[in-house]
Amino acid sequence: MSSTVSYWILSSARKTIATLQGGQRLYSRYASNRIKSKGRLFPQGPATLKDHAAACGGIALQKAYRHTSTEEEDFHLQLSPEQVNEVLRAGESAHKILDLVSRAPDSVLRFESNQLAANSPVEDRGGIAACLQTNGLLFGIFDGHGGHACAQAVSERLFYYVAVSLMSQQTLEQMEEAMESMKPLLPILQWLKHPGDSIYKDVTSVHLDHLRVYWQELLNLQMEMGLNTEEALMYSFQRLDSDISLEIQAPLEDEMTRNLSLQVAFSGATACLAHIDGVHLHVANAGDCRAILGVQEDNGMWSCLPLTQDHNAWNPAELSRLKREHPESEDKTVIMENRLLGVLMPCRAFGDVQLKWSKELQRGVLQRGFDTEALNIYQFTPPHYYTPPYLTARPEVTYHRLRPQDKFLVLASDGLWDVLGNEDVVRLVVEHLAEEGQHKPDLAQKPTNLGLMQSLLQQRKAQGLHAADQNAATRLIRYAIGNNEYGEMEPERLSAMLTLPEDLARMYRDDITVTVVYFNSDSIGASSKGS
Amino acid sequence: MLHRLLAAVRGRGSRRGWRKGSPARGSASAAAAPPVALPAQAQVVVCGGGIMGTSVAYHLSKMGWKDVVLLEQGRLAAGSTRFCAGILSTARHLAIEQKMADYSNKLYHQLEQETGIQTGYTRTGSIFLAQTQDRLISLKRINSRLNVVGIPCEIVSPKKVAELHPLLNVHDLVGAMHVPEDAVVSSADVALALASAASQSGVQIYDRTSILHVMVKRGQVTGVETDKGQIQCQYFVNCAGQWAYELGLCSEEPVSIPLHACEHFYLLTRPWETPLPSSTPTVVDADGRIYIRNWQGGILSGGFEKNPKPIFTEGKNQLEIQNLQEDWDHFEPLLSSLLRRMPQLETLEIVKLVNCPETFTPDMRCIMGESPSVRGYFVLVGMNSAGLSFGGGAGKYLAEWMVHGYPSENVWELDLKRFGALQSSRTFLRHRVMEVMPLLYDLKVPRWDFQTGRQLRTSPLYDRLDAQGARWMEKHGFERPKYFVPPDKDLLALEQSKTFYKPDWFEIVESEVKCCKEAVCVIDMSSFTKFEITVHCWAWLKKYMPEDSNLILEDVTWKYTALNLIGPRAVDVLSELSYAPMTPDHFPSLFCKEMSVGYANGIRVMSMTHTGEPGFMLYIPIEYALHVYNEVMSVGQKYGIRNAGYYALRSLRIEKFFAFWGQDLNTLTTPLECGGESRVKLDKGVDFIGRDALLQQRQNGVYKRLTMFILDDHDTDLDLWPWWGEPIYRNGRYVGKTTSSAYGYTLERHVCLGFVHNFSEDTGEEQVVTADFINRGEYEIDIAGHRFQAKAKLYPVPSLLTHKRRKEDVELSDLHGK
Repeated sequence: MSSTVSYWILSSARKTIATLQGGQRLYSRYASNRIKSKGRLFPQGPATLKDHAAACGGIALQKAYRHTSTEEEDFHLQLSPEQVNEVLRAGESAHKILDLVSRAPDSVLRFESNQLAANSPVEDRGGIAACLQTNGLLFGIFDGHGGHACAQAVSERLFYYVAVSLMSQQTLEQMEEAMESMKPLLPILQWLKHPGDSIYKDVTSVHLDHLRVYWQELLNLQMEMGLNTEEALMYSFQRLDSDISLEIQAPLEDEMTRNLSLQVAFSGATACLAHIDGVHLHVANAGDCRAILGVQEDNGMWSCLPLTQDHNAWNPAELSRLKREHPESEDKTVIMENRLLGVLMPCRAFGDVQLKWSKELQRGVLQRGFDTEALNIYQFTPPHYYTPPYLTARPEVTYHRLRPQDKFLVLASDGLWDVLGNEDVVRLVVEHLAEEGQHKPDLAQKPTNLGLMQSLLQQRKAQGLHAADQNAATRLIRYAIGNNEYGEMEPERLSAMLTLPEDLARMYRDDITVTVVYFNSDSIGASSKGS
Repeated sequence: MLHRLLAAVRGRGSRRGWRKGSPARGSASAAAAPPVALPAQAQVVVCGGGIMGTSVAYHLSKMGWKDVVLLEQGRLAAGSTRFCAGILSTARHLAIEQKMADYSNKLYHQLEQETGIQTGYTRTGSIFLAQTQDRLISLKRINSRLNVVGIPCEIVSPKKVAELHPLLNVHDLVGAMHVPEDAVVSSADVALALASAASQSGVQIYDRTSILHVMVKRGQVTGVETDKGQIQCQYFVNCAGQWAYELGLCSEEPVSIPLHACEHFYLLTRPWETPLPSSTPTVVDADGRIYIRNWQGGILSGGFEKNPKPIFTEGKNQLEIQNLQEDWDHFEPLLSSLLRRMPQLETLEIVKLVNCPETFTPDMRCIMGESPSVRGYFVLVGMNSAGLSFGGGAGKYLAEWMVHGYPSENVWELDLKRFGALQSSRTFLRHRVMEVMPLLYDLKVPRWDFQTGRQLRTSPLYDRLDAQGARWMEKHGFERPKYFVPPDKDLLALEQSKTFYKPDWFEIVESEVKCCKEAVCVIDMSSFTKFEITVHCWAWLKKYMPEDSNLILEDVTWKYTALNLIGPRAVDVLSELSYAPMTPDHFPSLFCKEMSVGYANGIRVMSMTHTGEPGFMLYIPIEYALHVYNEVMSVGQKYGIRNAGYYALRSLRIEKFFAFWGQDLNTLTTPLECGGESRVKLDKGVDFIGRDALLQQRQNGVYKRLTMFILDDHDTDLDLWPWWGEPIYRNGRYVGKTTSSAYGYTLERHVCLGFVHNFSEDTGEEQVVTADFINRGEYEIDIAGHRFQAKAKLYPVPSLLTHKRRKEDVELSDLHGK
């Protein structure tokens, strides 16, 4: 059975319905993953295709086949293990804390991240930055839907909003002074990005103006020490979302900026942002990205400590919040088919003004002569749209004081959590750590002669250990897409999943972005004793 | 144990006081000792205290240059030299490499006697195993080349192998080559012995001294700046091993030294139950990618894996140096290969896995000679894992080069000047060495091409030709078409087409050649003209350019595309395109005109084809390239025009005895030696560089003569094909080697070009070669041990057939004209 799986993935993309019958059970597994695909906002969009596929596999696949531009011969392509590694490792990045600014907290040892695209272009974003005017490292994961514009904008701007929110009154005054006298600003952030990450350079001046308005308001609050971290996170999320929303309502001169702002506002992104300053860990989350801690108890047992709640229809707290915020008459319509108003998976997100503005405002803005089709924006009002806003970017902020037993933090987009449970993720990272330690056979301990060494090496080779990922994030992604239904790693499946043509990939997997942060237990232990 | 061994070496070294020339101080107390003042000036500064640097210093001092300072950043013989596996092997593919290794062998052999320092020299001999017939052919080719230079060597059966080395599993072998005089030696001790001898003759040696900068004024080395002060000098020698690339850049005028390091692993074990005798031969199992030698009664075994790990791409990196660890998983294929070869070794206990980076060069040949851009800047690096074998000979040649202006042997193939600017890219080097390192043990068949670093420099017609089925080869980064696969024809996959016999493109090239002979072909030679003339000659031309003239020398490689129109109908194509008469009356042979072709103006047309066939070379400004090509192809259609590649060109030119620069000829060949005397105006009273030497040579006669050989009893379908480097026998005696070969489709015979010498029967001295000497001889060419009879020709075979056909053509066209 298992050997047919990968073949099936490929052959199913072809036309034969007969093959499909054999793979029906498997297919339903994928379908169940896919059901969660977030964007149903745009009926004509590719999302429809996927949802139909869930309902009636065969027909949709035929459609899918018709939609693919790929020649059939290409399906025979199988990636070699080296090529698989190349694909998986293309998005890798890793930092040791040595490389960082001196102000970085010593509780973080190093961190590794990676991203694997399923959408084309990828809609996930990740970001890592050090706050230069305050202590602290920021780790963010942003999962876009309905395009990547919103995720991109949030991944760039949110860090600045948080950094500014955390600044003391004095620093803000210096910033304002520099701005006024046209002097260079104090550096706000040091980005620790993957070199391939893109940046919208053209619009940063507009965004800087809005950031400045924000810090001017913070100055007016007259708080000497600035906001505390929890408030800072809370305010920055909401402030940025409202800026995104207001920017497109205000008249904008430059057409490029205007179109971009429109795309940002009419697409959406969930966000999960962790702020680490010494032993203080704050996580702000809006949507269904997730952050968990890997904890090793004194007896050596590993466990998982979730730091966020997924904001979706499976979260009773969210359900009751939505019911509370809207009239009783909408109790049945606010969540339909496990989606907000029947269209959106997460219940909190940036952007998505279709679920935030009144119908009139939406119409008003869009009638200002945008070429909505060219911009890939669909004017669409969901049914039962009575009392907007239905969607918010207000985050849930969790505080955790780091303990020596907290070994690592995993932040990831729902592409990972859809296929791997929290415990799986912790187990995989723990295995990764263990392998790193024992990668080299210890000659001092083993009475080794050439024959024993050879059989040991061959065992390791058979287990594929020698190809172990250097990067825990890569390992997580490898298992996320390579695991079969029994939770076993299956190389053919992995290869097949990565061989999928661009236009089919999103049907079988979601964008995955992962960051793993390792803590320095010694320094955490020392500072907990000290305090 | 290795460390202890080396510690002992160091102790001995310091006791011997090889630092005599410098203020006395023990190396052990180096850290505590007060800083030693470096001399303010010296004639020569050598950088690098490994086997290369010490060998250069040793030979310089032997030749009377005593004012030499050798600087080493760490300790003497502490780099690759220290970790080298210590195998001295003379079985090399290149003749010059064989000579260097042979000299090294003799030098190391007597070094202990000369210096009193134990070098661990043991003559063990070595066995090269062949698991396949192709490998055995490759060994046989080396065998016949070694025999002619007097290095004992024989092809042996698997049974004999088992006798030579009882631990070897010989069941999967088809044969082997035994080189009884190869040796093992402790490379670090050799370097110390060389240093000690050099120091006794006055060379000053300073360790823990780093060179920061090489000072250059007006294209001439003036001195070096070290962390301990400056030294003025006239000559600088870069023997910095894997740091040579970086050191090359540390100068006002950067010197590009293309090399890159890869990690290299070998295994050390404890002694075998009954320790292996010290005479145990070294084994090279290239098909298994490993070498095995005796090491203190146990073994030392390493190899060149398929997936090498390049290192130090970004230059010297402390982190990477510290991370040089044993990587057992990486070594697994080699270990398995070792245990397959020697199954009984299973119980041998491991001492350690040594990780010792080795440097590799883009063409698998070492780098020596003077920088073309900086006078007095010499280089000796990039040994491709054969540093110990080459060390003695290479050091000697470089020293001769510095003292006499050129070494006693022709080292043209190893000259630094062979590289252009392309090879200085780090990315290129990293990718290329990943191909080069496995290639050391890959089967080397005729006409293989590098796969990395391709499609860098291409003609504007590249895509057009590629779409028409061109298969490409690469020369110094420039892509050139080999031949064109017709649409209906399938060729074997790359891996399968590796053969020493008749290749699968035989018929394809045949039809291209036929078209050149009967109609017209077009060959894109954009790479050819520019490269061969510019890179090899350019440095020379520049050197002799009068500095105050208003001549300007410019490399115009990139400005022109060159199309070669070969064939009797080339005249028709070109006259139709230019509306200009192209007959021999208007356009004699070897004539050049600027004319228009199609719409394009200013095309330089030369009536030569580099093949001896009628036709033209078109030098086209690149913006017109596509236009001219399209016009030529569309007009040429009715004359039967088609694309052809370099293989057709080579067959044509070798058949017509056209020697090629770089392949047959090099800087040491005179026109008189290759039948070019008619091109040299010796009697017209014009003076030129080298005229006196040529006059003298004309007076005295030449000592070698390029000759064309036509193989007589060679079956093209069944026999091994010649390549180059095959020994030539005259009346049963060795007289030289071939330089190139091709199948001549008109002659229907294989043709080889090669130099014939006249070695004295008694002394082996070179004597004058006369035409008579050449003509009166029975010749044989030795291809992998099999001798084929050959006819020697000093002048091309007049091709009556072609001539006749052309005459008919002319008559026919006359008829049409009327």
